[in-house]
Amino acid sequence: MGHDSFTPPAQQPRAGAPRAAGQGGGRRVLVVEDEPGIAEALRYILQRDDWLVSILDRGDLVVEAMVAQPPDLVILDINLPGLSGLEVLRILRGTKGLEALPVLLLTARGQDAARQLALDYGASEFMGKPFANKALVETVRRLATV
Amino acid sequence: MEKSALSGSLSGRLSGTRIRALRMSRRLGQGDLARMAGISPSYLNLIEHNRRRATPRLLEAVAQALQIPADLLDEGAGDVQIQALRAAASRASPITGAASAPEVERSEEFLGRFPGWAALVTQLSARSEDQNRIIERLSDRMAHDPNLSAALHEIVSAVTSVQSTAAILAETDDLEPEWRARFHHNIHADSIRLANASDALVAFLDTSGEEAGLAAPQEEFESWLARRGFHIAELETVETSATPDYTALIEGQAELASGPARDLARAWLARARDDALALPLDRLVPPLTAMFERGEGFAPDTLARDLDVPLPLLFHRLATLPAIKGVPRFGLVECDGSGTLTFRRPIEGFALPRFGGGCPRWPLYQALAQPHRPLSATLEVATRPPARFAAHAIATARDAHRFAPPYVWQSAMLITPVSAALPRHRRPEDIPEADLVAVGSSCRICPRAACDARREPSIVSA
Repeated sequence: MGHDSFTPPAQQPRAGAPRAAGQGGGRRVLVVEDEPGIAEALRYILQRDDWLVSILDRGDLVVEAMVAQPPDLVILDINLPGLSGLEVLRILRGTKGLEALPVLLLTARGQDAARQLALDYGASEFMGKPFANKALVETVRRLATV
Repeated sequence: MEKSALSGSLSGRLSGTRIRALRMSRRLGQGDLARMAGISPSYLNLIEHNRRRATPRLLEAVAQALQIPADLLDEGAGDVQIQALRAAASRASPITGAASAPEVERSEEFLGRFPGWAALVTQLSARSEDQNRIIERLSDRMAHDPNLSAALHEIVSAVTSVQSTAAILAETDDLEPEWRARFHHNIHADSIRLANASDALVAFLDTSGEEAGLAAPQEEFESWLARRGFHIAELETVETSATPDYTALIEGQAELASGPARDLARAWLARARDDALALPLDRLVPPLTAMFERGEGFAPDTLARDLDVPLPLLFHRLATLPAIKGVPRFGLVECDGSGTLTFRRPIEGFALPRFGGGCPRWPLYQALAQPHRPLSATLEVATRPPARFAAHAIATARDAHRFAPPYVWQSAMLITPVSAALPRHRRPEDIPEADLVAVGSSCRICPRAACDARREPSIVSA
């Protein structure tokens, strides 16, 4: 991990959420991403679009967290410590009540094979890294309305 | 290409048959060829149907009439070339349809009339086939190389973070000061990370000329071990003295593409098995975990003494442990008496060169000058920011029972993150500068310009 310190959700900058004027409508999105810089950027752009964002940096914590507080949508990285994003996805799709939960899979491996693998595992959508913030927000909006 | 045209074998084909085929391919009548060769048509007929054996002199006359080298009519002669032509034809891709496919049925005629061109075609085809095999192997190697994959993943992740963060900074006019500060900090951290990842990629791709190539056997072998996490659980079943099936562990492994790499893997497995028998996990792990739990500092000499094992064996066991709670990951590098690295077990933050020798300042090499005397040092590696590691090294003779020179020396250096190696009450940053040994990976990718041990210019800057 390249960052010297990552601000966990409980220690966000005191300025709090950016002004929300978007289309999230206060819905919950869970971001599972172990790269702190990416996670923080995602938090900001989604909060700005009026999403309620929570972040996890390990795959093996996802299912438990979701059972406790189901989100409206998940953004899931593939390369995660604990449990890979694909494994998390496989478990989610086999869990009652979460079979149809919108999941946007992110990966540094943007090739066709990785995309197909993601869809085979049940991802609702797939985005390669790096991504454009605008495209990501639009994808999240679209998935959440399906 | 018709399958039947390729499936027949010419092996052992008789001279008469060959003469007949060549004559017909030239649309010559039996009488015409007989006249040109100075024999009767009926005699030629008997020869063509292999009822009479042609003398060497007659074969020469027929060859002259057919305008081909006489040795092409020897029984069995030309079969290798014909087979090679057919093999080349079978490998040819049908590019423009059947009309342009190689005329396999006329291979013999082609060889007879244009032996030089035929040799060139088969040579080019064979070379192309060799190159295809090399490309496949290198592609496979690149696709499975954990170092390359890790370096690229690190770069893509850092770039993603920088791009998203920079877009926020550039596109948000009313960004709150705390968010702005946070994003500036993130971009700075990611830029350092990107620089380090770039260095790692440079180190990976720096092949130092053609000395090794991408698929050097040692690299194949170490890639395989890296994928296995440098721990082969099958070797740890010490309750049975039966030798594990090394072949089953090696066969079918994508990384072990070459025979030499499989040989290296087999030799390593045998050594690791011997080590496991000499120091089983249930003997090693309890005192090791206890040592770290006590927080008194990592002391491999104490462990080796208490366990009654040589230091090199202990080093090798520590570097190939499974993940154990409370125990750090160890790196290990070994070299022979020439300084050539013979084994590399990387550890995060301490780059090991892919080719050539490592940093001359490593205790690994200092130990070679003082055989059988364990050395330890705290190393500061030239990364951004600098990272510190505890190094323990010892050089030994490979055959300890040998009386007469030349002795075959080998050296091993165990690498431990200094945060794990120090006693709990000491912090890495408290180590005085004077106690640190400034090191790099190898001169070529080390930014320490003024190093007195430098042997070649660096391709990276500080």
